Amino acid sequence: MTFVSIRDLRVAFDGVPVLHGINLRIGRGEAVGLVGESGCGKSVTWLAALGLLPGKARVTGSVMLERQELIGAPRASVEAVRGARIAMIFQDPSSSLNPVHRIGRQIGESLRLHRGLRGSAARAEAVRLLDMVGIPSARTRIDLYPHEFSGGQCQRVMIAMALAGAPDLLIADEPTTALDATIQAQILDLLSGLRRETGMAMVFISHDLGAVSAVCDRTAVMYAGRIVEEGDIATLFSAPAHPYTRGLFAAIPEIEAGRARLQPIEGTVPDPRDLPPGCAYSPRCARASDICGRYRPDLKPRREAVGEVACFHPFASANSTLRQEVPA
Amino acid sequence: MSALLEARGLVQEYRTAKPLFGKAGSVRAVDGIDLAVREGEVLGIVGESGSGKSTLGRMLLGLEAPHSGEVRYRGQPMPKPHGEAWRHLRAEMQLIFQDPLAALDRRMTVARQIAEPLEIHRLGRGSELTERVAALMSRVGLRPDQADHYPHELSGGQRQRVVIARALATGPRLLVCDEPVSALDVSIQAQVVNLLRDLQERERLTMVFISHDLKVVRNICDRVAVMYLGRVVEEASSDVIFSDPRHPYTQALVSSIPRAGQGLEGRIILSGEPPNPAERPPGCAFHPRCPAAIAECRATQPELLAHDGRRAACLRLDRSRQSAAA
Repeated sequence: MTFVSIRDLRVAFDGVPVLHGINLRIGRGEAVGLVGESGCGKSVTWLAALGLLPGKARVTGSVMLERQELIGAPRASVEAVRGARIAMIFQDPSSSLNPVHRIGRQIGESLRLHRGLRGSAARAEAVRLLDMVGIPSARTRIDLYPHEFSGGQCQRVMIAMALAGAPDLLIADEPTTALDATIQAQILDLLSGLRRETGMAMVFISHDLGAVSAVCDRTAVMYAGRIVEEGDIATLFSAPAHPYTRGLFAAIPEIEAGRARLQPIEGTVPDPRDLPPGCAYSPRCARASDICGRYRPDLKPRREAVGEVACFHPFASANSTLRQEVPA
Repeated sequence: MSALLEARGLVQEYRTAKPLFGKAGSVRAVDGIDLAVREGEVLGIVGESGSGKSTLGRMLLGLEAPHSGEVRYRGQPMPKPHGEAWRHLRAEMQLIFQDPLAALDRRMTVARQIAEPLEIHRLGRGSELTERVAALMSRVGLRPDQADHYPHELSGGQRQRVVIARALATGPRLLVCDEPVSALDVSIQAQVVNLLRDLQERERLTMVFISHDLKVVRNICDRVAVMYLGRVVEEASSDVIFSDPRHPYTQALVSSIPRAGQGLEGRIILSGEPPNPAERPPGCAFHPRCPAAIAECRATQPELLAHDGRRAACLRLDRSRQSAAA
């Protein structure tokens, strides 16, 4: 059952389009990954959906939350959704928390806004949330300030704040990128545990394919403001169809591969003010032909496998030997 | 093989600000490190934030004088910072940082940035200087027309190439790279890693590669030292560290590497807090988070000892070796 449905979502800053029509559905309780490099529009998609972009951004298209349209909706009704139905956490937890307020007060604010809890009821609920996200001795530490927590714990506090409104969907924007490896593993473990417990849906925005595959059911890969491939984790990882997806996989060093030479994607991500004609990836693509430079491929269902791909020359799923298929 | 760079009993302490009441404290960022880097070798230093890896890197380059212990370069003690001998050594050893935009001067063109170290060390003038800059740019894969660009006109990967070209300008023998690719996107990261590897192999550079990204370290380093709270807990060849880690911390670190297409199964999830140098636990600093800790670990600090093709600092490993020998 679809919970959020994004249709033809477009965003432009100062007349420069950065998001070129995104279509995405998030089912109830589903965990969807959004993967891509910096500037591909993966965060902008959700900032636009929740009305968090600055005023100069031009947003068109549709974001439906069940039967409610969010784009162009009055501010009050978007605010009623934000935090209560859809909550968002960001990469850098220490800059998202207010340094001069105790964390209990900050969680309490969410509880008051979204659930009308006050006083001892709010405090008890804040302690319960902190317990749930794994802050030890929550009862006493609720009165501490953000700087008295480590980075990983600040992210736990942020998650507790996001959970305060009991949202149906949590948008996690690079939640583990700023954290150390062993702490990253803890937070991923926490997020997938919380999802099991509460049944909430999650969108996991990341450039880390490993982290995405650890916590998501389905993933969309974005490039230059468009979704280029989408599919369930198993198919996408065993038989990616888009050359960009394959390139991303091949560029990541593998522990098992030892000192084997890396296979980078040559060139750089295009400037949104100066997008190449046709398929935006074609100048970097080894499979590109004439047609790729002239026409833009639409996102279409894959012939042989589940999922969708926007490419004139996709890889067939039978060739699952990744590393050999990508030309150096 | 001879060691190009050697650290003996290296300790660094920083004073902490004096609180309103009481005395100023001190924090031990690096707590007794012995290391040797051979000529032409790539040594990786991995560890979480606060493990002291960047402080160690700065001491290895002589940018910071150690609190105690010493660094020797080509068998000679490292000269004191900012002296004449020290300035002279700068040409031979260079540092590459994580954030290229912060390392570059935003008001200088690419060519000017690369020319600056050549001018400082008097390595060229006039047309010779221009030629040298052009040669350096092509060595790191920058186009000639990018010479007149400013840093903000370049992409992140290109900026890091400028930083690398500038570091190579004086013909260094030792490069210390502190998280050189962490700020780059995956596809660009691979380009820069390959560039560093090519340069290292072609010119037999000695490199100390500091990173928290274990996958990149695996790809580029011959040998790896794992740090925890200012000490090396395990050190071995890259192959050994990643295929058969023995220290419980290294085991957790290696298992926490996200692998594409693999869920959360099989990961060792450490409980407890990341290390804080201001509150070093007694005994083995890792014991509060260690799944294998025994009572003794709380009291005794383990030495870095040879174990089965590696050096490791763990009382449990010492025990098992003793019982095997008995």
